[in-house]
Amino acid sequence: KKISKKSSKIRQGKLRLQKWYVPLSDKERKKISRDLVQTILARKPKMCSFLEWRDLKIVYKRYASLYFCCAVEDQDNELITLEIIHRYVELLDKYFGSVCELDIIFNFEKAYFILDEFLLGGEAQETSKKNVLKAIEQADLLQEEAEAPRSVLEEIGLT
Amino acid sequence: MLIVCWSPVMVEVWNGPGDKKTVEGPSRMPAPIRLRELIRTIRTARTQAEEREMIQKECAAIRSSFREEDNTYRCRNVAKLLYMHMLGYPAHFGQLECLKLIASQKFTDKRIGYLGAMLLLDERQDVHLLMTNCIKNDLNHSTQYVQGLALCTLGCMGSSEMCRDLAGEVEKLLKTSNSYLRKKAALCAVHVIRKVPELMEMFLPATKNLLSEKNHGVLHTSVVLLTEMCERSPDMLAHFRKLVPQLVRILKNLIMSGYSPEHDVSGISDPFLQVRILRLLRILGKGDDDSSEAMNDILAQVATNTETSKNVGNAILYETVLTIMDIKSESGLRVLAINILGRFLLNNDKNIRYVALTSLLKTVQTDHNAVQRHRSTIVDCLKDLDVSIKRRAMELSFALVNGNNIRGMMKELLYFLDSCDPEFKADCASGVFLAAEKYAPSKRWHIDTIMRVLTTAGSYVRDDSVPNLIQLITNSVEMHAYTVQRLYKALLDDISQQPLVQVASWCIGEYGDLLVSGQCEEEEPIQVTEDEVLDVLEGLLVSNLSTPVTRGYALTAIMKLSTRFTSVNRIKKVVSIYGSSIDVELQQRAVEYNALFKKYDHMRPALLERMPIMEKTASNGPTEIVQTNGEAEPSVVEAKHPPPVTQPTNQANDLLDLLGGNDVVPVIQTTVPTKPASAGGELLDLLGDLSLSGGPAPAPATSVPSSQPAFLLDGLTSPPLFNDIAAAGIPPMTAYNKNGLKIDFTFERANPNPNIAVITIHASNSTEADMTDFVFQAAVPKTFQLQLLSPSSNVVPTLNQGTVTQVIRVLNPQKQQLRMRIKLTYTHKGSAVQDLAEVNNFPPQSWQ
Repeated sequence: KKISKKSSKIRQGKLRLQKWYVPLSDKERKKISRDLVQTILARKPKMCSFLEWRDLKIVYKRYASLYFCCAVEDQDNELITLEIIHRYVELLDKYFGSVCELDIIFNFEKAYFILDEFLLGGEAQETSKKNVLKAIEQADLLQEEAEAPRSVLEEIGLT
Repeated sequence: MLIVCWSPVMVEVWNGPGDKKTVEGPSRMPAPIRLRELIRTIRTARTQAEEREMIQKECAAIRSSFREEDNTYRCRNVAKLLYMHMLGYPAHFGQLECLKLIASQKFTDKRIGYLGAMLLLDERQDVHLLMTNCIKNDLNHSTQYVQGLALCTLGCMGSSEMCRDLAGEVEKLLKTSNSYLRKKAALCAVHVIRKVPELMEMFLPATKNLLSEKNHGVLHTSVVLLTEMCERSPDMLAHFRKLVPQLVRILKNLIMSGYSPEHDVSGISDPFLQVRILRLLRILGKGDDDSSEAMNDILAQVATNTETSKNVGNAILYETVLTIMDIKSESGLRVLAINILGRFLLNNDKNIRYVALTSLLKTVQTDHNAVQRHRSTIVDCLKDLDVSIKRRAMELSFALVNGNNIRGMMKELLYFLDSCDPEFKADCASGVFLAAEKYAPSKRWHIDTIMRVLTTAGSYVRDDSVPNLIQLITNSVEMHAYTVQRLYKALLDDISQQPLVQVASWCIGEYGDLLVSGQCEEEEPIQVTEDEVLDVLEGLLVSNLSTPVTRGYALTAIMKLSTRFTSVNRIKKVVSIYGSSIDVELQQRAVEYNALFKKYDHMRPALLERMPIMEKTASNGPTEIVQTNGEAEPSVVEAKHPPPVTQPTNQANDLLDLLGGNDVVPVIQTTVPTKPASAGGELLDLLGDLSLSGGPAPAPATSVPSSQPAFLLDGLTSPPLFNDIAAAGIPPMTAYNKNGLKIDFTFERANPNPNIAVITIHASNSTEADMTDFVFQAAVPKTFQLQLLSPSSNVVPTLNQGTVTQVIRVLNPQKQQLRMRIKLTYTHKGSAVQDLAEVNNFPPQSWQ
């Protein structure tokens, strides 16, 4: 069970994405995020990817300027969590084509959509990379179709 | 079409709220700026203030747009709001707008709306309940992607009420043949069950053929659902045990099947699914022989065949090991598992080493011997750079210490203690003490180990270590000279580490005589003079590094040396100086010690004599007692509450000696007390000394110090810090009842000193003749002091017509159980009667 959240942050400690799977107030979330970010940014490169924080296990991995971190429960397998993180990064990479941080900044909602096709309630819902991307693709198409007629109409002045 | 291009893919696909293709509508308002535009603008802000200004401006615009109920741009506005929320700005005014988006028919709207709901809405606010109906509709939507959105949102943040309302819909979708929806429904069901456990039953029928699915997504989520149900209900667990063969088969297929591009990760087929299946097997096999047996082979297969070069393979091995250890596996399999962990320990990847240590820590109790085999590797991990690894290695090392490896292990652990980070030192020190206590091969080794800890990590040692160490040292009688010598030398080097200083002071106070006499057997005795020792102790008193507690130790140590050293004058001087110390604790001690020198000098040797061997108690120990008791004899009080075992028999002997061996001196008014020449010890003094306040009694013989009554009446100099013993409430008792003579005791506490019990005897006579020349005498054990005041009369009238009363004051500084021997003499019906009796039935409150 991957409870709590998954978030990615940059070196300066700015959050680019956070997903919460437990009910917490905005204030609590902010505090936790802040604490966690500080803790992780304080880690040295040689340290391992796991740490204990409060009563949770934190699994984090750095990709270029972004840190991806997950808070999991005691009985969860940390090593497979690393694979989950990696899978998500792969999905972003495939979708955006060599993803970089700017992609995630300017398309944050897409990053969320992809995450929500990969995980649900903190667990992986689809283990095939291909299937996740296919679903996003289809949904994007659906969106485009929904938009297209309107813009055509508007274009010819019929609102 | 706008070419805002940092990703060609994006331009093709994405056509949402950031699309420039919006036309100024019929309204006079300019179109709200696009999302991407906003993001770019905000990023140009150079200061926090600038950013805030931009945000506020945009929020104002968005607010007014919301007020106008503008459907066209609602989606774009909410998207912008979500971005600003992510930066940390408040966005609650967008909550209702999210709901409107969800209710919209446009897919774009729904997508952003549901995202907004997940980010902004919080199940604790009632607003979220408005979603319920929308979600219900969307769960039945014709488009599976809309259904997917609804399932996702419900499964991430659905409250209990929502879950209750919508569980039926979820259950329906769990049975659909559409695998896209089925997998989502399964995880949504997990969430529903977590929120409303009573609903678990309703999902049971739908689970029937979940595992027959070919689709990996459905399989994975189904296993998660089954796991959740089994963890929550023992009945479910029993019910699902029958799935073990099927799970084993699926796992086997995954391992044996060839390359499957769709699910391959570094040569392993669907590791996520494998791990989940292993976890479910663990739960099903735990405590169940049959299930465990059924999975034995596959576990062995996975354990031996999984590729270990990459993290993904090790993730599977890790899960396998956890499963093997938890179920009822054959010993061969268990050894296999431990060996895998052992190999993990040697892995270059620190993450792998970390999980190995964690797992070994879990199994060290049950598979102790197997883990022992990897001891040296574990000990090597103490030198690892990673803090988490070091910590686990330390915990594991302590768990592995036993009588056989104590010397070697301790060497490593002490080396670790020297070099580790401060955050470890306290725990490590405690661990070393514990291990040493359990497995020390010799007393000398034990003392040396303690010394090593105190000198290298002395400031990190826990507070309760000090009394424990003191007790240990006291009880190692033959090591006293060696110990005090080593501690003294340590003090010469460094007086900053308080626990070390405290233990050292205490030892020097106790064994200073051994120190100066150069009696050490274990090592070369050092030459040190009394003055040098006193220099060191006085140095502690004045040093800035010493805490008040340490100073207290130092002063008491100096005082104790007054009976062990010859330079008493110097000690007297020190003690009198501190009588005016600003530190209240120190001042009090000094004043009381002063009093010892001046008025009670005869008691000093006894009070300050060597501590007896202490019984082990689990409680906090002497330091607490020292703090709470404002006695004049803190060194005596330092002894633990349960008296040494040898004492009771001594007490009995005392009593016998008292009354049997010596003449009993009658009470005051009658005669001048005569002192038997064989007087020894204070007790005879006590019995002899009956010249008291009131009464025409002459002063007693010279051998009795006349200061005694004053001593008892003075009480001790200062009120005790804990004055919690109430005078009232001590029940009276009958001390003696024979031949018509009854003697009752009633109790009071002397104020201010609760260590003095004031007993009033009431003698009554139920016979028909008076008892005349009635004399009551009492004796108490050595550790007490007793004072008899004058009786009311010496005739006990007949037939209970009156009582003779007399007051006894008993000083009981050591709070020992009160016992008394009494002797009664009187004349009754012409004959002289004499009787001895022992009084043991004192109520506990009278002496505690």
